[in-house]
Amino acid sequence: MTLNDTLRTAIFALRGNWMRSALTSLGVIIGIAAVIIMVSVGQGTQSEINKLVSGLGSNRLDISSGAGNQGGIRTGAGSQWTLTDADAVAIRMQIPEVQYVAAGIRGNTQLVYAENNWSTSWQGVQPDFFDINSWKISQGESLQVQDYSGAAKSVVIGETVRLNLFGEEEAIGQSIRLGKVPFKVVGVLAAKGQGGFGQDQDDVVMVPLETARRRLSGSTARPPGAVQQIAIGVTRAEDLAYVQEEVEVLMRERHRIAPGGEDDFSVRNIAEIVATRTATTRIMSLLLGAVAGISLIVGGIGIMNIMLVSVTERIREIGLRMAVGAGPGDIQRQFLAEAMLISFGGGAIGTAIGVIGSLSVSKFSELPVQLDWQVVALAVVCSVSTGLFFGFYPARKASQLDPIEALRHQG
Amino acid sequence: MTKNYVIETQALSKVYHPGSEAEVVALNAVNLKIAAGEFVAIMGPSGSGKSTLMNLVGCLDKPSSGRYICDGVDVSTLDREALAKLRLSKLGFVFQGFNLLSRMDALHNVMMPLAYANRPLAERESLAQTALEAVGLGSRAKHIPGELSGGQQQRVAIARALINKPPIILADEPTGALDSKTGEEILDLFKRLKNEGHTIVLITHDAHVAEHADRVCVMRDGELHETEKAA
Repeated sequence: MTLNDTLRTAIFALRGNWMRSALTSLGVIIGIAAVIIMVSVGQGTQSEINKLVSGLGSNRLDISSGAGNQGGIRTGAGSQWTLTDADAVAIRMQIPEVQYVAAGIRGNTQLVYAENNWSTSWQGVQPDFFDINSWKISQGESLQVQDYSGAAKSVVIGETVRLNLFGEEEAIGQSIRLGKVPFKVVGVLAAKGQGGFGQDQDDVVMVPLETARRRLSGSTARPPGAVQQIAIGVTRAEDLAYVQEEVEVLMRERHRIAPGGEDDFSVRNIAEIVATRTATTRIMSLLLGAVAGISLIVGGIGIMNIMLVSVTERIREIGLRMAVGAGPGDIQRQFLAEAMLISFGGGAIGTAIGVIGSLSVSKFSELPVQLDWQVVALAVVCSVSTGLFFGFYPARKASQLDPIEALRHQG
Repeated sequence: MTKNYVIETQALSKVYHPGSEAEVVALNAVNLKIAAGEFVAIMGPSGSGKSTLMNLVGCLDKPSSGRYICDGVDVSTLDREALAKLRLSKLGFVFQGFNLLSRMDALHNVMMPLAYANRPLAERESLAQTALEAVGLGSRAKHIPGELSGGQQQRVAIARALINKPPIILADEPTGALDSKTGEEILDLFKRLKNEGHTIVLITHDAHVAEHADRVCVMRDGELHETEKAA
């Protein structure tokens, strides 16, 4: 029997019981729609995290000034500037696995250019800062060696700042004020977009560390060379945990912290945070996928059940077809075709519902959704293989019937 | 000279549940030879083994021992798939209960075996129409079995049995579900088919029905006895 004949026969049989066929495929419709929506949401979340990872740089460590302790009153982390330039230099000199080190301070200020003004945060940075954070320059140039060494009043501005201060105007070479201090705009940072916590990463300006110290960090007396944070880039991501330990040991030594004493700094491993979030998302995706998979299995069992009923109902028909010359293979293919048509039909409708559902989720909720054609292909493959898998046993059973018994069957 | 036999059995035996207490010898060393173009009736009361013989001759079952050569093919060595192929090309079945598919019209019922023979779709309808006309039902092609009388349904079944032009037509109590007048009409149809060159094997328990055949074989307790008909 040709494939064409097998399909025609199967379609004829299914149409004879179209209500039952439709209800049976409902299980697959729900299963496939669930698979598509769940996987789309899972992938959306995953890609959000990937964006976060690439934005942060995965092989970096951050040291921040630790909690202060003034006469028994503990102040928050970073309230005291316990780190210094010298710490940064020591890390670079003594830990060979470290590729980049940049000490920094930060604060907020009001920017003014002509009639426009804008409130933003500034960062006083060292040269490696741009590499560690993968900042690129889109216009002009980055801060130069002489800017750092001469504490020049040069500033590199973020894209958001540029838009708010300059709009369509040329920014490079213009003079803007940070608070009361005039700076010259030498470069614009390439846009990075939203950070992992929803903040606008492009709403920032960067000046040389020394300039920031002298001109921006206010009048508060600080120890010489004090900084709030040191960012470290490690050559190889595998060394991250090891370098973290080395840094902690070195810093404790330099800050003369007795064994068991409380650190006046903290080292954060961003890769760790990202890894945790990735793992959480993966578990979530797995759970969602499992739920979808279970509904698909339930749908498949429905198909199997109905196919078994159908085989029993049509025993005489099977016997007759065998008598007129249908081989076991013909019978098996016919019932497999019926099961696969139910599941493929259900899969097609389920795919449509799943795609529409995914688009609605992304439109009406906060969940990130990423709908790939691979997901749709996966769903189609799933639906057909569900039919194949759950249709196999009933079809096999039909094909193994004894034609004499089948012809004699009452009912 | 050797005749051209379409059915030739050699010591064909069928034993159910061999070796157990429920052992039944349904068929005991049956030698049956039917030549091409013959109209043979196999008679016997129920339990005599005639159904078993029909199943074996119809390639629906395999013998316990002995040989069966169906139109030159030794059946005993074939598997299920090959038996199906053989039924497709060598045998046409007519059953007591017609066994038409109730949702298909007469034409499609007759066409059904053509699909298994892989005949091109375009040919099938005209072949089936011709077959229906041959049994006198050309005008009823679009009717489903429920809209046809018993005699008409059996004619559709006969058209279906003829569709692949098999050398053997096997009819199992074809008049059993029909009134005697309609039964006669069906038997006349078989005679006509015989005259057109078909080989017909008719299984019945009814002596009046068997009379229509050229030759009558009687099954009794699993053994076959030829009864030469008085000319």
